[in-house]
Amino acid sequence: MIIELGHFALILAFMVAIFQMIVPLVGAHKGWGGWMAVAEPAATTQFLLTGFSFAALTYAFVTSDFSLALVVNNSHTLKPMLYKVTGVWGNHEGSLLLWVLILTLFGAMAAWFGGNLPPTLKARVLAVQSSVAVAFFAFILFTSNPFVRLDFPPFDGQDLNPLLQDPGLAFHPPFLYLGYVGLSMAFSFAVAALIEGRVDAAWGRWVRPWTLAAWVFLTIGIGLGSWWAYYELGWGGFWFWDPVENASFMPWLIGAALLHSAIVVEKREALKSWTILLAILAFGFSLIGTFIVRSGVLTSVHAFANDPERGIFILMILAFFMGGALLLFALRAGTMEAKGVFSTVSRESGLVVNNLILAVSCFVVFIGTIWPLLAEMFFDRTLSVGPPFFNAAFTPFVFGLAVVLPIAAMLPWKRAKIGRSLRGLIPAAVLALAVGLLVWAMFTGHTVLAPMFVALSVWLVAGAAVDLWSRTGRGAVGGRVGRLFRLPRADWGKSVAHAGVGVTIFGIATLTGYQIEDIRVAQIGVPYQVGAYQIELIDVEENVQGPNYVSTLAHVAVREADGRDVALVHPERRIYPVAGMPTTEAGINNGFTRDVYITLGDPQQGGGWAVRTWIKPFANWVWGGAIIMALGGLLSLSDRRYRVAAGAAKSADIIKGVPAE
Amino acid sequence: MMRGVIMAVMLLATPVFAVQPDEVLPDPVMEERARDISAGLRCLVCRNESIDESHAELARDLRLLVRERLVAGDSNDQVVDFIVDRYGEYVLLRPTLTGSNVVLWLAPFALLLVGGALSLVYVRRRSVASAPTETALNDAEQARLKEIVGD
Repeated sequence: MIIELGHFALILAFMVAIFQMIVPLVGAHKGWGGWMAVAEPAATTQFLLTGFSFAALTYAFVTSDFSLALVVNNSHTLKPMLYKVTGVWGNHEGSLLLWVLILTLFGAMAAWFGGNLPPTLKARVLAVQSSVAVAFFAFILFTSNPFVRLDFPPFDGQDLNPLLQDPGLAFHPPFLYLGYVGLSMAFSFAVAALIEGRVDAAWGRWVRPWTLAAWVFLTIGIGLGSWWAYYELGWGGFWFWDPVENASFMPWLIGAALLHSAIVVEKREALKSWTILLAILAFGFSLIGTFIVRSGVLTSVHAFANDPERGIFILMILAFFMGGALLLFALRAGTMEAKGVFSTVSRESGLVVNNLILAVSCFVVFIGTIWPLLAEMFFDRTLSVGPPFFNAAFTPFVFGLAVVLPIAAMLPWKRAKIGRSLRGLIPAAVLALAVGLLVWAMFTGHTVLAPMFVALSVWLVAGAAVDLWSRTGRGAVGGRVGRLFRLPRADWGKSVAHAGVGVTIFGIATLTGYQIEDIRVAQIGVPYQVGAYQIELIDVEENVQGPNYVSTLAHVAVREADGRDVALVHPERRIYPVAGMPTTEAGINNGFTRDVYITLGDPQQGGGWAVRTWIKPFANWVWGGAIIMALGGLLSLSDRRYRVAAGAAKSADIIKGVPAE
Repeated sequence: MMRGVIMAVMLLATPVFAVQPDEVLPDPVMEERARDISAGLRCLVCRNESIDESHAELARDLRLLVRERLVAGDSNDQVVDFIVDRYGEYVLLRPTLTGSNVVLWLAPFALLLVGGALSLVYVRRRSVASAPTETALNDAEQARLKEIVGD
């Protein structure tokens, strides 16, 4: 019964979405207040209905209702409760339902917190947002219905892909989707502004928090996915340039560009049409990402839904929204002239450079991702584009961005003197060079790339610190320290996020440059040396029973060279009998300066086990940097000016409410 | 879909380990070269992995082949050519700079140049634009902006 209600709620939500797509738009065009006002309750209703539908599906998973085809294919009674819940989105249909749930959540939030928007703009934003929802409701209901019943329910399910039964991956999709779909708000604002025909500073201020929130979620989502790959896939890689990873990385890059260009719109009323274009493209890349993941058009780890029909549906959605928005853009962009005047050397120009580099680096990822497809279609060549290409083509842009970033961040608006900004950065540059040279001298015979990027990371972090310090003005150090903590949170957010980029680059540079690897047959009880550590395979237990898997579990001691114990780690090989699939669980001793990463292989004929050991320097800094970036975004999001705007909305409501009583 | 999963399971069910201890060459320099080459070759039956990372049986065969050729005295390029001759350019994770691939390699830099030129024109134009446009916000707009911005 609950399943049918959930299905019904989804259909109702579809109807409400169609209503919300049309009526407020007509109302805004004709100036009919009542027609515009329906958008708000409609958005709330749409969200509640979708929420109910999602809850119904979750209920089916939690109670293991095997009359539902989806539950049978993706769940099992023995599966731990956490993964019964996360199994809801561990499959195509459920993940799309999560997608629209988040889409309608954002729409509802725009209705709830958009009190200070002009009524026509608000009505148009909600209508555009709803049109995206209509497309995806149709997609779910017509091609990917999660509520399909089976005539003859089996006794038990086929279990969720064991790789997905992991906390890192369980929460990776919701964050990623919050990011992807969050960018739909920027898209809706952009299209609404194009229909409206005006973009001003206020528009920039409204768009920015949505974009920022989406970007923060994307950062966390990508970080989680990368962290999962690191510890779960068994060789400690953290980024594979897999099409699906690229699919999330492209909106992240464009989102980052959009964040920065929206500042120029907000503060200086320039770069307007470019910002609109970015807002459209950012969501476009989210849709492309959805297309890549859901159609399985590019072979990859994540393509568990290989269905061309669905792919074509998403492609049509993509073509409609991108084509429509870009056409509108072509017709209307000319009317959006810039107002701010700035000299060639200024913060504005710095942000133009930022946008140029981010956009082109996104293009590198894009062309690399689709090139195998293009080459096959147009040049009849079957070829691969893998990590070596991306590393070669993407790295120069990271280098350029990192060199320019601290300088551009220090430039004042409108008119800057490059010498003055550079002078403050001299200590940062000296420190960076010194550290780079030191690292280079310590590890002779390695590539020069790693020390170069270590130097750049120091340059970024120190540059962010200098930037923050310079905001405190002049005078005694004590007074400046006091002022440091009274700076607007946006300033803190900026420096923290920029420093986070540096931390991530540092982690990647040291991890890829200086990791130590050891492959050998380890005998039980015979210690061996890897780097500065002594490793000993103490024991291997076979046939250890887990909740829904059988494991071969090793106990490995990690010791300092002098024999002092550091840790006992437990690399495992699991077999999930229901899914019939083996997984490796690495034994990792996490540390601030290094991870010791050990995986267990096969037993060997002459006795002993194959064991791989890595010492991975500063591995955690890769994700630490991502967390710091996200934190910077959150700090900026909590800045006074956004809270003031929200507060103003509330007081406006109160004033509006009074005469009605 | 199920068939894909079963395929993946069968591929994974074979040794759950990439480079195995018995593959490693005694000469560390030559082993290093083998690893470098392996990282650039695609595992043909895998989703998106190099033979160096893959657990599949075929990847192991290719790894052994690479090492065999190296021991026989081939240069790195000769080894790669040997494999490409047999499996096609699909095995190369780094596309060659030949024929249509020129587009792939050069497009980003072309875009950087074009984008850079456009940006420069834009920035130039902004710096010589007449200031009066800046005050073109009319009174109603000003009032509205104040109301919204609040501070």
